[in-house]
Amino acid sequence: MGVVDFLNRYGDHLMRAIFVHLQYVFISVGAGFIIAFIAAVLLSRVPRFSKVVIPVLGIFQTVPGLVFIGVLFIYLGMKPITVIIALSIYAIFPILKNTYTGIINVDDGLIEAARGCGMSNFQILYKIEIPNAMSSIFSGVRMSTIYTVSWAVLAAMIGLGGLGEFIYRGIETNNNVLIIGGAVPAAILAMTLGYGLDLIEKKVTPRGLKGGR
Amino acid sequence: MITYKNVCKKYDDVTVVKNLNLTVHDGEFVVFVGPSGCGKTTSLKMINRLIEMDEGTIYIDDQDVNKIDGDQLRRGIGYVIQQIGLFPNLTIKENILVVPRLLKWSEEKCEARVHELLELVGMPYEENAHKYPKEMSGGQQQRIGVLRALAGEPPIILMDEPFGALDPVTRENLQDELKILQKKLHKTIIFVTHDMDEAIKMADRIAFMYDGKLLQVASPEDMLRNPADPIIKSFMSKHVSTLENQSLDLKCKDVMSTDILLITEQKKAMEIMSLMKQKEMNWAIVVDEEKTFKGTISLQNIKKQGELTGVAQDLMDTKAETILLTADAKEAFNRLMKSRAKFLVVVSENGKTVGIITKSIITEKLANVVWGDLDWVL
Repeated sequence: MGVVDFLNRYGDHLMRAIFVHLQYVFISVGAGFIIAFIAAVLLSRVPRFSKVVIPVLGIFQTVPGLVFIGVLFIYLGMKPITVIIALSIYAIFPILKNTYTGIINVDDGLIEAARGCGMSNFQILYKIEIPNAMSSIFSGVRMSTIYTVSWAVLAAMIGLGGLGEFIYRGIETNNNVLIIGGAVPAAILAMTLGYGLDLIEKKVTPRGLKGGR
Repeated sequence: MITYKNVCKKYDDVTVVKNLNLTVHDGEFVVFVGPSGCGKTTSLKMINRLIEMDEGTIYIDDQDVNKIDGDQLRRGIGYVIQQIGLFPNLTIKENILVVPRLLKWSEEKCEARVHELLELVGMPYEENAHKYPKEMSGGQQQRIGVLRALAGEPPIILMDEPFGALDPVTRENLQDELKILQKKLHKTIIFVTHDMDEAIKMADRIAFMYDGKLLQVASPEDMLRNPADPIIKSFMSKHVSTLENQSLDLKCKDVMSTDILLITEQKKAMEIMSLMKQKEMNWAIVVDEEKTFKGTISLQNIKKQGELTGVAQDLMDTKAETILLTADAKEAFNRLMKSRAKFLVVVSENGKTVGIITKSIITEKLANVVWGDLDWVL
């Protein structure tokens, strides 16, 4: 079956699946980002405590997504919220870790200079620490986004749509075309979103922070 | 006016600043100097409360700094650090305006201030205001660092080894510029350095700290002339290359090495060789019973003879030159430089052989006198 035939037959379905998939990704990464960002900022105030906490959080990250969605499914049932909660939680860690590291790695000299100029702690955070941690924060978001695109495939496991639907149905019916028809758009989606984030990063990064310092 | 009154600072059990009392007058340039860990930086940072003191108080114009909000206090005091600390995410203009903006100056006033300041250091606004720090050299960056400290028109500026990270030529330039700026602007500047040369060059008064204590406060001239403590004296002789008095009156005995091997005329070649081996030397000085100089003998000379049967008298070289112990070191230096002699044998007035001077020994000793103990280099 050629690409054209495939699109004629499944085009509408594919568009719907991509839309659902994107929704999962955006909502989950968005929610994950808010939680991760706040948590990272708070953790960066207490680095000694964070040195213990962050590795522990990292361990949770290794629990397979399949298991996690399965468990949530038991408690919450077959609702989109099940998928979103699971994906959000997975999206948190890379953003949290990168944001935290980015903030902690801001040169002590800058912090001292900022304090010496009379900035308050909050001013130091949003005028100096966050802007200088931006590239690290962006790479966390990029990582989470790309992961979430692939993890969102699992939504289909509990019958909640997205590109995973093609893949699962293909596996069940032994139809390679359907598997590829789900996998290729998912890969393209991941790359496109990653590229989009790069563009945004370039746009918002001041010239002084670009290129190796 | 800044007044330290019985200021102490402890970290755990270690007291890093001990009962500091000092008054800095308006428009004065005071340099804290001392070896690392002497408490000079801590003393500086307690003024703007980047470090809080444990005991005592610091008054700025009769106002206790501990009774002012820390951030407000710091907005009113300029601050320059060694790492420069320009914010890489902000342009030069934005960096300069950090404090004025914190002080909520109007946009017109900010704009005028940036123009004025860049002009002050001869950096045209159009060319520089919209650059980012990394687009400038280290020296230019630190000029901006100084401008940032001046921007909010503070009467007091604190500088923590501001030129420590710059190359020597740039450092000289910035020192000169700062000196000129200070004359023009009449700021009260407190400056920390471990470099005595820099302290002498910049300071109206030097405050010498050691082990948390203020040992002496004096003008550079007074401190050079009358160091109040042997530690200051030794610190200055190590760090001040312009120190006069010494070096002029050096005699041969000050620049010779006494690490020599003396042998008598009748010593046999075999014995000489084993003595040389023991002392790890490949030459010796031949003397008579009275230690009168007779000649020199080298390992090579002995080996050339093939059979090791001769005695020192037959094997020695008698051409070596001698010099009196009390002769000027300069004479020894001249003779070494002009003649082909590799060394001079030093003899005392009663004719005894006491030492040797070579080119490398005299160079090392002279360097020691001028720059202090150089053992770590050699």
